[in-house]
Amino acid sequence: MISRSLALHGGLIALLCVLQFVLPAYHHGNLARIMVLATYAGAYNIMFGYTGLLSLGHALFFAAGMYGMGLAMQHGGLSPAPAMAVGLLAGLAVSAVLGVLALRTAGVAFMIVTLMFAQAGYLAILYFGNWTRGDEGFVIQQAERALAGIDLSDPTNRYFAALVLFALGMGLTLRLVRSRFGRVLVAIRENEERTRMLGYDVFAHKLGAVILSGTLSAVAGAAYGLLFGYVGATFGAVQYSIFPLLWVLLGGAGTVIGPFLGTLFMFYLIDLSSGITSAYMLVAGVALVLLTLFAPQGLAGEIRARLWRWLP
Amino acid sequence: MTVLLSTRGLSKHFSGLHAVENVDFDLPAGQIRALIGPNGAGKTTFVGMLCGRITPSAGAVIFDGQDISHLPAHRRIRLGMAYTFQITSVFPGLSVAENVALAARPHLRGEAEVAAAVQDALDRVGLGGRTGQVAGDLSYGHQRLLEIAMGIAQAPRLLILDEPTQGLSDGEIAAFKALIRDLSATTTILLIEHNMSVVMETADMVTVMNFGAILAEGRPEEIRADPAVQAAYLGTDADAGT
Ligand SMILES: Nc1ncnc2c1ncn2[C@@H]1O[C@H](COP(=O)(O)OP(=O)(O)OP(=O)(O)O)[C@@H](O)[C@H]1O
Ligand SMILES: [Mg+2]
Repeated sequence: MISRSLALHGGLIALLCVLQFVLPAYHHGNLARIMVLATYAGAYNIMFGYTGLLSLGHALFFAAGMYGMGLAMQHGGLSPAPAMAVGLLAGLAVSAVLGVLALRTAGVAFMIVTLMFAQAGYLAILYFGNWTRGDEGFVIQQAERALAGIDLSDPTNRYFAALVLFALGMGLTLRLVRSRFGRVLVAIRENEERTRMLGYDVFAHKLGAVILSGTLSAVAGAAYGLLFGYVGATFGAVQYSIFPLLWVLLGGAGTVIGPFLGTLFMFYLIDLSSGITSAYMLVAGVALVLLTLFAPQGLAGEIRARLWRWLP
Repeated sequence: MTVLLSTRGLSKHFSGLHAVENVDFDLPAGQIRALIGPNGAGKTTFVGMLCGRITPSAGAVIFDGQDISHLPAHRRIRLGMAYTFQITSVFPGLSVAENVALAARPHLRGEAEVAAAVQDALDRVGLGGRTGQVAGDLSYGHQRLLEIAMGIAQAPRLLILDEPTQGLSDGEIAAFKALIRDLSATTTILLIEHNMSVVMETADMVTVMNFGAILAEGRPEEIRADPAVQAAYLGTDADAGT
């Protein structure tokens, strides 16, 4: 079972590695973006897919990482490596605080509380325009985007940096779902009361899931800002809370590979349909409706239900 | 004989309804105690307060000499209590083996030990051949047995079973009686039960609840002969199932 899973996920990484050399420049750039966003979706999946906590405020974590990194470089004069660490710590701190407060609620109330927190974060970005440059955001200069001597603005380096991030995120999730901690998260998703009555501290486990998910989201946000050289308020807006939910739903909640499939699918769906018609969101919407009708468990979820029961 | 669990003045009021009222209860270690009483007598509410599912309105719970009234449910379970639900409550989307493994893990270190405990618990309830099945696909009776297996896998010092034989076939009930006697060598058992043959054949002592209070307590034969109990609970078919 473990070797099959290794073959599948290792195979995907190997394939992505090979694609770097064969893809035309346009798709090459897209795929680098998709890998970073899929890492974000994977982080979202830890909370939503495995623990059963539906957050509508993940943009807060993504932006915390992005701004933690960006502001540390722009105003703190830090180089990319320590700036990435600042992004990670920002995500850690924000998710710990949000977790402690929001986990007092459940269900719809939890969705609303996370949404409100993210909205407050977005407004804070706009409010502190002196530092964040508000709506406009700011560019991280090409000269500054070098990590250990590697120029991250170079497409090939950027691709590989995104791939490393994606592989780390996926490896982390694979480890998580096999660990005792991860199995308790799934138990909480399946039956919270029963999990408590088996002697597990449900609150502590949920908090762990929020912090893990929030911190990994922040790392993805920081990497996105660094690799593509732009930090902006849009990434803290509500659509960046909805995107990971859609990607995970499409790809398959509670599967390791699903978030990547969902992100890839959605990215190209919008990309292709916007080439055909200006009503591309309509095309995307119709495709989403069809998928929810005919593949309600998402792409990887259907594969698991029909073909590969072992899929983690 | 050492007392494993006791309560003093334990009460629960649901907006005016006295579901459990001022119960003093003592359970010696090693005993099989049956808790019986008519529907709505307060049995589930009472044991819910023992394991921390339900917050009492008043009173104290003492487990192994320690006042645990202030402890949250998961901490009480870690002290060695296990509770199986009256309304079947398994993890429907997970395999039978994983359901039991989740019960065993807090008490065991290695996954190999967990796997052995899982197989043992499932064998004991007769589900040994169904480890890979999804729990939600099991029949109702088998889900009840899975629930019992989860309780066994916790290797508790006190096992609280809330109507475990509900929905079991006659053959399964006979096997259950043997299992309970077998388990009592290593664990104290508090058994809520409506099936009188199970009570008469397994219990060392019986506690009868009615209207949230303890009506009578004694050996099974004494309880069966008690006119107050017959009036409240056993009614005219006192000998049913014996
Ligand atoms: N959460 C609740 N809110 C309000 N009333 C409740 C609640 N839980 C139980 N009750 C009431 O408390 C009383 C005792 O219920 P309980 O479930 O403890 O009885 P029981 O002895 O377990 O009955 P049964 O044999 O039917 O399982 C009943 O009248 C019930 O309606
Ligand atoms: Mg009951």
